Formats: sequence, C-alpha cells, structure tokens
Amino acid sequence: MTAERLPPPRTTIGRRAWLRRNLFSTWYNSLLTIVVGAFLLAAILLIIQWVVTGARWGVVTTNLRLFLIGQYPLEEAWRVWLALLLTSVLTGLVAGTSGGGAIRALASGLAVGQALLGVLAGLSGMGPVVSGALVVNAALVWIAFIGAVRMSISRRALAIAWLALVPVSFVLLQGISRPLLAVVPTNLWGGLLLTFLLAIAGIVLSFPFGVLLALGRRSDLPAVRLLSTLYIEIVRGVPLVTILFTAAILLPLFLPAGLRIEHVFRAVVGITLFSAAYVAENVRGGLQAIPTGQIEAASAIGLNAYQRNVYIVLPQALRSVIPANVGLFISLLKDTTLVAIAGTGLLELLGIGRAVVAQPSWIGAQLEVYVFISALFFFLCYTMSQASYRLEAAMGVGKR
Amino acid sequence: MKAVSATQRHAAVPPWRDIRVLRIVGQVVVVGVVLLVGYLLWENLTGNMTRARLTFSLDFMRATAGFDISQTVIPYSTRDTYGHAFLAGLLNTLMVSAVGIVLATVLGFVTGVARLSSNWLVNRLAAGYVEIMRNTPLLVQLVLIFALLLQLPAVANSITLPGPIYLNQRGLFLPRPLAEPTFTAWVVLVVIGVVVAIVSRRISVRRREAGLPTRAIGRIGLLAMLAIPIGGWIVLSPLQFDLPVQQRFNFVGGVVLSPSFAALLFGLVIYTAAFIGEVVRGGIQAVRRGQLEAAYAIGLTPGQTLRLIVLPQALRIIVPPLTSQYLNLTKNSSLAIAVGYSDVFAVSRTMANQTGQSVAVILLVMGTYLTLSLATSLAMNVYNRRVQVLER
Repeated sequence: MTAERLPPPRTTIGRRAWLRRNLFSTWYNSLLTIVVGAFLLAAILLIIQWVVTGARWGVVTTNLRLFLIGQYPLEEAWRVWLALLLTSVLTGLVAGTSGGGAIRALASGLAVGQALLGVLAGLSGMGPVVSGALVVNAALVWIAFIGAVRMSISRRALAIAWLALVPVSFVLLQGISRPLLAVVPTNLWGGLLLTFLLAIAGIVLSFPFGVLLALGRRSDLPAVRLLSTLYIEIVRGVPLVTILFTAAILLPLFLPAGLRIEHVFRAVVGITLFSAAYVAENVRGGLQAIPTGQIEAASAIGLNAYQRNVYIVLPQALRSVIPANVGLFISLLKDTTLVAIAGTGLLELLGIGRAVVAQPSWIGAQLEVYVFISALFFFLCYTMSQASYRLEAAMGVGKR
Repeated sequence: MKAVSATQRHAAVPPWRDIRVLRIVGQVVVVGVVLLVGYLLWENLTGNMTRARLTFSLDFMRATAGFDISQTVIPYSTRDTYGHAFLAGLLNTLMVSAVGIVLATVLGFVTGVARLSSNWLVNRLAAGYVEIMRNTPLLVQLVLIFALLLQLPAVANSITLPGPIYLNQRGLFLPRPLAEPTFTAWVVLVVIGVVVAIVSRRISVRRREAGLPTRAIGRIGLLAMLAIPIGGWIVLSPLQFDLPVQQRFNFVGGVVLSPSFAALLFGLVIYTAAFIGEVVRGGIQAVRRGQLEAAYAIGLTPGQTLRLIVLPQALRIIVPPLTSQYLNLTKNSSLAIAVGYSDVFAVSRTMANQTGQSVAVILLVMGTYLTLSLATSLAMNVYNRRVQVLER
C-alpha cells in the first residue's frame, strides 16, 4: 500500500506563509509593517521623483572629467586608462588563478564600476575614446579571468606583477621627462584619481611603520614599548583633521629651510603618520592571536628575536590581519575627503565637488554633486567591504 | 670534569653577545635615534620661526580676538580675548559631542534591535541604513545634510509646527523656557518623587525576597514619582516660555538651532548610530540562546528577559566598543568647519591664521582632544567596571 502524498500545508511554506511569518505575525508587527512600509514607499517615491525630474544632472555630466581625474591634462589622460587597464588585467588574472570569493568580488566590482563609468562618460560627451577605454577595461577583467581559469599561470609571477603595479602606475601617471613621458605635476591630479592615490599611498607607506610600532608595543624592552605606546595612543586620541592640518601648515616649518614639499606629499605624510597607529593596533591583534607555543618553539630551536619575528610570528600574524586592514583601507578611502577641509588646497573627490558647486553656472546644484559623490564612495566601499566579509569567512574556515 | 662556576660562565660570554648588555644597548640606540630626530626637527622649527620673526609663546591668548563666533554656549563678543574664544569653541565642541552621544546611543540601540527584528521589512530597513552610513564618508554626509537644510523655505514662508516651532533656512526656532521663582520648589518636588520611588522599590524588593506579599508598593512609588511633579507643575507653573516672534527679516526671541549646528549634530548622530547599532547587534547576538530559553522556561516575560537576562550580559560586550564609538564621535565633531559651526578646531584655525602662532595653537588643540579622549575613556572604564562586576 502506498501512502498518499499530500501537498505541504499552506500555512508553513509558500509566499503567503512567508508574508505571514515575516511581516504580519502579530497585530503590532502588522501595524509596524504598514507604518514602516508606507513611510518607505513615500520616501522612495520622493527620491525617484527628484532623481528623474527635479535634479539637474548636467552638473555631473559636464564636470565628469574633473570628478574622475581633476586637472590632469586630457591629452595625457590615456596614462590613467592604461594604469587602470593593467590593474584590470592583473585583477582578472588573480581572480581566475586563486579563485577566492573575495578577489572575485573585487574583480566583478572593478568590471562593473568601469563599465558604468564608461557609459556615464559616453553620455557626458567625454568622447568615444574615454568611454571605449573604460568599457574595454571592464571587458578585459572578464577576459583575463576566463584566460586564467583556462591556462595555469605561475602564482609567483602574479605576486611579483602585483607588487610592481603600484610603483609602475605611479611612474606612468607622474611621468619621467619630456621626450619620453611628460611630467604631470601632482598638483594637477585630482578627483577620484587623487582620492585613490592618497588612500593607496597611505596604506602602503603606513604598513611597515605600523608593523614596527606593533612589534615595539609588544617588545620586552621598556623604553621601546613606552615610545611605541605613546605614539599609538597620542595619534589615536586626536582627530585626523588636526594631523592633516599640522602636515599641511607645519610640515614646512619642521623641515630644513628652502626645502619645498608638494601639497600632495604633505597630505600623504599626514595620512601615513595617522594610519600607522591604526595599522599597529590591527597588527597587534594579529600578534596576540599567535599561540605562545609558536614563539617558545622558535626560541627552542635557537632562533634569535629577529628570526623569530620574521620567520615565525609575522607571517602568521600578518595573514590573519588582512581583513582588518581591508577595513582600514576602506575607512582611509573615506577619510581622504578630510584633506578638502584641512587647508591642504588639494582637490580630491570632495574638493572637486566643492569647487564645482562654486561655479557660477551651477549655483544651487549642491545636492546633485554630493549625491553623486556619495554614490561613488558607496559603490567603492560597499564592494570592498563585501570582499572583506568573504575573506573573513574564508579565513575563519581555515582557522586552526 | 671540572664544574664551571657561574661567574666564570658569564665572563666567557663576550659583551656583544650578552643579552643583558644587548637589551640596554638596543634601548639606548632607539631612544637616541628618537631624540636625534626630535632634536633635528626642533632645530629646523626654531630656525624657521626666527627667520619668520615668530616667537613661541602663549601670550597671544590674552590679546583681543576680534573675530565673531556665530553661536556660543557662553557669552562671547569680538572684544573678548583669544583665550575666551578658545573656551567658547571648546564648549561648542563639548555641547555637540554630549548631545550627539546621547542621541546616537538611543538611535544606535533602536537600530541594533531593529536589525534583529523578526519583521523582515524593519530589519532590512535597518540593514540598508547601516550599510549606507558605513560606506559613505561622514564629511560628504555632513555637507549633503547642510545642503538639504539650505533647501528649506525662507523666513517669510517658515514651516510652523505646534509649540510654536518655526523651521526655515535660518534654523529651527523653539520657545525658550524661562524659570519662574517657583522653579526651585518644583525641582524639590521632583527630587521627593524620585526618593519616594526608590525607597518604595527597595521595600518592595526586600519584601519579595523575604517571601512576603509586595502589595504593589513598588508600583505606588512609581505612581508617586509621576504624580508629584505633574501635580506640582499644574499648581506652581514653574516655567514661562519666551516665544519666537516673526519680524520682517528674521525671528526674535526663543532659542535658535542654527542649520550649522543642526547639520553637524544630525550628521554625527546618524553616522555614529549606524556603528553603535552594529555593536549592539553583536552584543545581543553574543548572548547564548540557552539563556533565553532558560529565562522563558522559568516563566519570565519577554520584557523581564530583556531587562534581567539579555541586557546585563550583552552590556559587558557592548561597553568597550561603545566607548570607542563615543571617542570617534567626539573626534569627528572636528569636521564642524565644513558646515560652518565654530567648534574648538574651527576657532583655533582662525586663531592660527590671525596670530601666526600655528605651532602653539595646534599643540593646544591636540592636547585638548587628547584630554577629552582620556576623560571619555576614564568615565566609560568606570561604567565598564560596574557592568563587569555583574559577572559571577
């Protein structure tokens, strides 16, 4: 005899049951749903209405070039797209080779972001070359990804290429000398380009300093420990604006007379000094997570303090703080906006926004500009934070 | 085999391999390098300052400031000294931070609880809010809010709310409460009410612990706490209100919440509340499920479970990261300059520009923020210890 197979009861699965369970489980939940839903609907309608009919998006499309690269000369802008192309290909290759979820999220973010910007550039009349370059870059991420999946690429070569990417891009953007690559002075860099330059330079330069500070804070030499702790706590106790202000206004006073230092580098110095303290605290967390047994074992086989740190402690500690440092990079990227108010005279994304708003032809278009900047930041930071979550999850699984 | 004595063994170790010597040498070298770098910087600084005919001193603090501060807690005019201006700026920072911390805590707890709500719409809304706040820069949010506030109607077409409260481009105009002579008497009544409530709650708890019927003593006390001040208010009418009155170009009287202050406060609150919400969510989720089940099993109501079981355990996890959020809010208030609010940093920048004493001023500002940070940490550590004592 076979039992008759009954359909599942209506009240526990299906769309209606889902509605009941998640939105209308009790009378006050129903009330909450209705009130919140009505409020949300009104807000969304209002926003859509503004975006579609109220806003003057011309302020963004006319000035898109300023938002992306600032005053960087247009005839040299190909270098920016070339640097982006290198980044796209490498990211695609790494995503195809390592296959980690985090790097894949970053790669698709890079592809989608460039494709969107390409379309936007096409709409704003930046010329077919610019939008074409951006769309090609986006496609290259995918092509490199698929290529890397098909073929096997040496991981070592990729790692070296990645390490070389930052200095190579910098030289490419900055230029060497007239006949080869004309120098583009850093004071012409602006917009998104400068935002990235500041954040990347900040994290790359502050990393070694931060690691030293973290080791110093955990050192058993009292003087070293005291100095490191003092530095970290003082920097973490004051706002970034005051440090940037100091770097912008006071740095020349601390340097030998006659030595001129460009504003971009002043800001980089300020950001580096600031983020080193935060890197140090992240790394300290990683150091503390290393079991004492590892250090004792290293001492037992006769390694000295330097060897213990370089071969045993740091490789494990630094690996475990990658997600925390991605988080730090995200907040650094957001914090670069502070150079706009610290008297540095630099025009990164927000600085450009403020300059655009001050143009006589776009008086009163503040909302449009700031909403656009927020959207750019949201896209960048959200992509990176999703990647960081995946990385954290993946590393949590492999935890010993 | 001949035993080697301790002294001989040490003598055999050359000093460049003796760990005790190396430790001292290492520290001397590090301190030496730091001192050398510090000395070089100091030399450059003094050299550059003499060349610019500047002397390092705080004497300028007694000179007349001559610049205006639009909104202050203490009376301030352009004829006051730089020291007074600095103090006014500091008090502005303190005010926006203190109010901001209170509001951000409330909104943060609401957000954290909403993130855990079983209502899908509510927890998605809270999640969306948190993601938007965390992934956009605070400074951009501040200028965006300020731009939004400037879209409000002009003075002539103010939005009128009951109170009467007026909202326009120049700010939010509220009635200003003025204390009558009876105000002190009313405060005494409030204190009496609170004391009655506390005493009756003590009695009620003691009776319950002794197994005696509580006879709603606690509830009567609570009622007294509410009834005495309300009754007193009706009889004494301790407050009068100075209402804002519309003139031709602006409102006169009342209290004004300027758009600068409102934008800064609102921006700081909604930004920090998103982070506090995540802290609160983490803290509540860290309370083990078994604790909840046990609480329901012994017959506690959901309210009692939250108050007696979940919160005491969650607070232990919440308080330390909450402290750092409070510190962040205080430090972030230094972005005030972007919306034209005169906090201690904005005032100091003007001072530095006018006097040329940038070094002294920046040291003063950094010292002030360090003190504020330390004070907040200390206060929160005291509270943290109280919360942690509950651990058994």
